[in-house]
Amino acid sequence: MYKYDNYDQAMVNARVAEFRDQINRRIAGEMTEDQFKPLRLMNGLYLQLHAYMLRVAIPYGTLDSRQMRMLAHIARKYDRDYGHFTTRQNIQYNWIKLEDCADILEELATVEMHAIQTSGNCIRNISSDQYAGAAADEVTDPRPWAELLRQWSTFHPEFSYLPRKFKIAVIASSEDRAAMRLHDIGLELVRKDGELGARVFVGGGMGRTPMIAPEINPFVKADDLLSYLEACLRVYNRYGRRDNMYKARIKILIHEIGADAYRRQVAEEFAHVKTLGIDPPLAELERISAFFTPPAYDAANVEPDRKDPDFALWLDQNVKPHKQAGYAIVNISLKPIGGIPGDATSKQIDVMADLAEKYSFDELRVTHAQNIVLPYVAKRDLYAVWQALRDAKLADANLDLISDIIACPGLDYCSLANARSIPVAQKIATRFADMDRQRDLGELKLKISGCINACGHHHAGHIGILGVDKKGVENYQLTFGGSGAEDVSIGKIIGPGFDEDGVVDAVEKATEVYKALREGDERFVDTYRRVGLEPFKEAIYG
Amino acid sequence: MVEFRYRTDEVTEQPSVTLDAFLDQSNATAVRLEPDDDARALIPFLDRLTLIEVAFPKFRDGRGYSAARILREAGYRGELRAQGDVLVDQIAYMRRCGFDSFAPESSLNPDAVARALANYDHAYQGAADSVVPIWKLRHG
Repeated sequence: MYKYDNYDQAMVNARVAEFRDQINRRIAGEMTEDQFKPLRLMNGLYLQLHAYMLRVAIPYGTLDSRQMRMLAHIARKYDRDYGHFTTRQNIQYNWIKLEDCADILEELATVEMHAIQTSGNCIRNISSDQYAGAAADEVTDPRPWAELLRQWSTFHPEFSYLPRKFKIAVIASSEDRAAMRLHDIGLELVRKDGELGARVFVGGGMGRTPMIAPEINPFVKADDLLSYLEACLRVYNRYGRRDNMYKARIKILIHEIGADAYRRQVAEEFAHVKTLGIDPPLAELERISAFFTPPAYDAANVEPDRKDPDFALWLDQNVKPHKQAGYAIVNISLKPIGGIPGDATSKQIDVMADLAEKYSFDELRVTHAQNIVLPYVAKRDLYAVWQALRDAKLADANLDLISDIIACPGLDYCSLANARSIPVAQKIATRFADMDRQRDLGELKLKISGCINACGHHHAGHIGILGVDKKGVENYQLTFGGSGAEDVSIGKIIGPGFDEDGVVDAVEKATEVYKALREGDERFVDTYRRVGLEPFKEAIYG
Repeated sequence: MVEFRYRTDEVTEQPSVTLDAFLDQSNATAVRLEPDDDARALIPFLDRLTLIEVAFPKFRDGRGYSAARILREAGYRGELRAQGDVLVDQIAYMRRCGFDSFAPESSLNPDAVARALANYDHAYQGAADSVVPIWKLRHG
């Protein structure tokens, strides 16, 4: 894991002091709320329906037990004893007092954490593959690159008042576990003639106009990458739309001028920017990479004893193969049946921290699906890990099943929402609570957003649910066929919306159509893509 | 009115003209760029300009930051002024992008500006100022 040096620590400490000063000026009335807003937003502080919400950055979703315990401590001391892990691999706290914020940031800084650029029209926290460093299919560990980008984008003087927010993801596997092409910039690290570089995709996103990012450059060398990204961002900063916030994301610019024109403009800008000497030498990437060397693996390759059936179920569903023999990747579901997707109590957060320290070389990951990963667990320890998770009510064996729902906070918390998301997630999970039934349905990614901003990734759901406001009544539209993985696609609305119970019934009918029509080991989304919408529509509306 | 100026040369007396006017009759030495003007149009004339004023009608509109860098990267050494909705917490980034004078619409507290400019000893990335990026400090 990356460790701060004196420079990194000084930056974060200075940020705490700066934000404390900004809050004091706001409280003293030296700034209007309108002037304070972009400053607090650039520090992850939102004013929500009931309170301030603080979003803490977890760069590329990686953290250690000390940091995880700090997150539990903040939940206990400053919030209502829980936190919410987000689709951007961060954590947010929903009940924060403005006057506590600087103290919270000061506590975070003691464990090399911050809330820098977790919101605002700037380059946000860099996201990545939660299996980085452990996945058998990666060409390299993407996290050193993500850290390089974190540093480059932190307090970027030119790109802090962009037309709109800007999200970057880095992956290094052909299997996409980070919804890379649904980001403003998606980077896929690849090897060409032995050299590592990045395939660059620009202009993806969800929101009210979902787009899949086109490839803008098939290969950018490591020591050209920051210049290339500066060029990408500069073209956007100059020409992205500012007349309408709903058309201000880079995807709209690229859609309007076309990928070819954008590519040409970036190439021209890059030819100029490259002469400025802003790319760190490869030695900097190497310095960072040295923090991400493989842990000291020492476990023999022993298969766990499967005689406890609940343990065996969890093994089959939540434990994934590791690149190192004798080890496994453990997924901890934050989706208990009837619970709030992504929420964890301070006690649960502490349990996960303890397990990471004892069994996973002190590392944890947050996934964009709002779950937690222990990336380096010896197979001999799996049973002990499972028992501890079970005792903390963290052993739900539902990874990637229909109850592993992504949901935004919705109208229960969010000032933008039109409809509640959490109760719909709870009702669907409860309807499909039977594990045999869920397992029979197989991989089925269900995602719920409480408004058109799509924070719940409904466009990328095999089944997506979008909450809208229809004449003052919550109404839910269904979409089918989306995917945020390497088979990336945008779901399509299937027809008129439903009320809360109606949408649960419609989802159930869709699963029955799938069961009747599936061939071989087709997933729900495969069957839908093969047979089309009609049979589903007939069953749901017929 | 210029409230903060980080240059020692004389303030230019000539009023600035719009980019279109400048391109029409280019004997002016001061020009004003609006957010949607292309700063690159000035590149052939940088030698004879003593003031470029970049308008910030709304602080949220960040196009002027790119305009400033483009001008400095092209070798402009004259006064580069940010005018308009310029706030305390924008000034440090503006300095890094090459602005060296500020004419905020609403007067700013000089102590707050000084604090904002002194907040960070270092920066992660190279920009249009003389700050040595952290990666360079690390690698000598």
